[in-house]
Amino acid sequence: MIRYVVRRVALAILVVAGVVVLTFVIARVVPGDPAVSWAGPHASRAEIARVRHDLGLDRPLPVQIGRYFIGVLGGDWGTSIHTHRPVLSDIMDRAPASIELVLVALLFSLVVGIPLGLVSAKWPGKTADGVIRVGAVLGVSMPAFWLALILQLVFFQRLHLLPVAGQYDPNLDYTHPLTQYTRMVLVDALVTGNWSVLRSAAAHVVLPALVIASYPLGVITRMVRASVLDSVGEDHVRMVRSLGFPERSVFGRFALKLALNPVIAVVALVFAYSLANTFLVEAIFDWPGLGSYAADSISSLDTPAIVGVTLFVAIVYVLANLIVDLVQAWLDPRIALR
Amino acid sequence: MIEQALTPTPAGRPARLAAVLRRNPLLTVGAALSLIVVLAGLFAPILAPHPADAYVATHPTETLLPPSGLHPFGTDQLGRDILTRVLYGARISPLIAVLVLLIACVVGIPLGIAAGYFGGLIDDVLMRITDVFLAFPALLLALAFAAVLSPSIGNTTLAIALTWWPWYTRLVRGQAASVAGRQYVEAARALGVPHRRILLRHVLPNSITPLIVQVSLDVSAVILTASALSFLGLGAQDPTPDWGLMVSQGQSYFTTQWWLVTFPGAAILLTAVAFNLLGDGLRDVLDPRRVPTR
Repeated sequence: MIRYVVRRVALAILVVAGVVVLTFVIARVVPGDPAVSWAGPHASRAEIARVRHDLGLDRPLPVQIGRYFIGVLGGDWGTSIHTHRPVLSDIMDRAPASIELVLVALLFSLVVGIPLGLVSAKWPGKTADGVIRVGAVLGVSMPAFWLALILQLVFFQRLHLLPVAGQYDPNLDYTHPLTQYTRMVLVDALVTGNWSVLRSAAAHVVLPALVIASYPLGVITRMVRASVLDSVGEDHVRMVRSLGFPERSVFGRFALKLALNPVIAVVALVFAYSLANTFLVEAIFDWPGLGSYAADSISSLDTPAIVGVTLFVAIVYVLANLIVDLVQAWLDPRIALR
Repeated sequence: MIEQALTPTPAGRPARLAAVLRRNPLLTVGAALSLIVVLAGLFAPILAPHPADAYVATHPTETLLPPSGLHPFGTDQLGRDILTRVLYGARISPLIAVLVLLIACVVGIPLGIAAGYFGGLIDDVLMRITDVFLAFPALLLALAFAAVLSPSIGNTTLAIALTWWPWYTRLVRGQAASVAGRQYVEAARALGVPHRRILLRHVLPNSITPLIVQVSLDVSAVILTASALSFLGLGAQDPTPDWGLMVSQGQSYFTTQWWLVTFPGAAILLTAVAFNLLGDGLRDVLDPRRVPTR
């Protein structure tokens, strides 16, 4: 087991190193001559040469990669052209809001998706199964940015039911100021017992979380359905059934337990996918997270910021995968022996 | 179930196809919807009520008209007929998807076959490279590539293809590695058949089925990614009738003129659903044991 953990961690470190190199390629090699784009369209030849020297672009490529690498490790992720602040501190300011949003969406997808998948697998081919399967296909086929706009239209413009912008009502800052620990509003409000902010934040998170949840919900529902259907046919589940356990516990306990492993495996995948999806959704809901930061950087052609966010999400993804692998190996020790 | 398997399938291809479709209603729906999208794209110039509006024509006096008999989906901020543009859009996203998947296959398959068949150092190096690419969510990596290239349909296609090939290398590599160990391949090698012939005649055909299934499943993923890039301004540029771009442009008007955003977005959803159902159905038919992973 320890050998497996060490090997898995070493692989993750190797992948992160590769990820840093790939972002270097994107930032410095793909755009042609970055010095020209840095200096701007009206720069003279001398200015371009100066920028090239300042950026270290006149050094050999391996030296450049080495410097970039050391910079990234030391927390120097470049300076945002748009905000004029270090990219890493921008990211650290923005990340909690996005992670909170994605976690709420994932929790919702698990709580709703697992029962839906079970119902679907319990009565395959029946009406409920058909409706759930079509719903799941709609979920994975949904353009998130479009769903966000449509929900805004329906809930805000027509029904006036739910707030559609920001994390909570900014007026509460005067009446019920929020002490920040984690920068995740829901968590901070809960920890400090700030119920007014909590209520407002909960209402604000519903629509963006629903949009983000659309894809994971579809994936998880299909996953649970497929793997429960698989496991129902297995010997020990048939055994449990023939021993006279009620149908409900055959499905809810024995088949589900088997089915959960692939679901856990897919959670890391959809977590990262959803983080990337916030790029499309946050700007629409005025959510002050990484996604709207990325959208701003894209519209202002802020390459260091875009590359920084890309690097950050990739690292989060590698970590999520690592955690999932370790959890799986802990649940099923046979994995570590392979 | 067993009886079904033992029942001889009716002779003749059309009859067999009909039987497959009857058993998989979702596949039927998916195939029909995909066909509609493809036909809409092919015959857009005939079907569209105002073909000139697809690209450069503008009508300053007819801007932002609500849906009516003359303009069933309404008109946009430049007075262009939205139905026309949505129909022409069926020529863009699906075409991007086909090109992306083609490039991904052309790059991914040979690398995967080489890695799986030869193993050793080539395999290690290639797999570590794919590990790095797969450490990014596809949309994100495509977005980063697209952001540093200048925005255009060609560059969007390139950016998405750059993120897509490692999936196929991985998939083909696993298949090729298992085929490479089979006895008929070993026999061919023992008989002195050259590598190139073994790869083309034995390894390639026998490792390709799961890839076909995956490619059909990926059509909608690529369409969604491409339209997301367009929505962010990193893809097609005005006046291209691209669905993602149309949604993005309609954003500023959508609270009062809902039709600008609704119809192009619905077209994306419909297309993605169509190809997802088609891909799912093909998987059930061609490769019934595999559980979806992505």
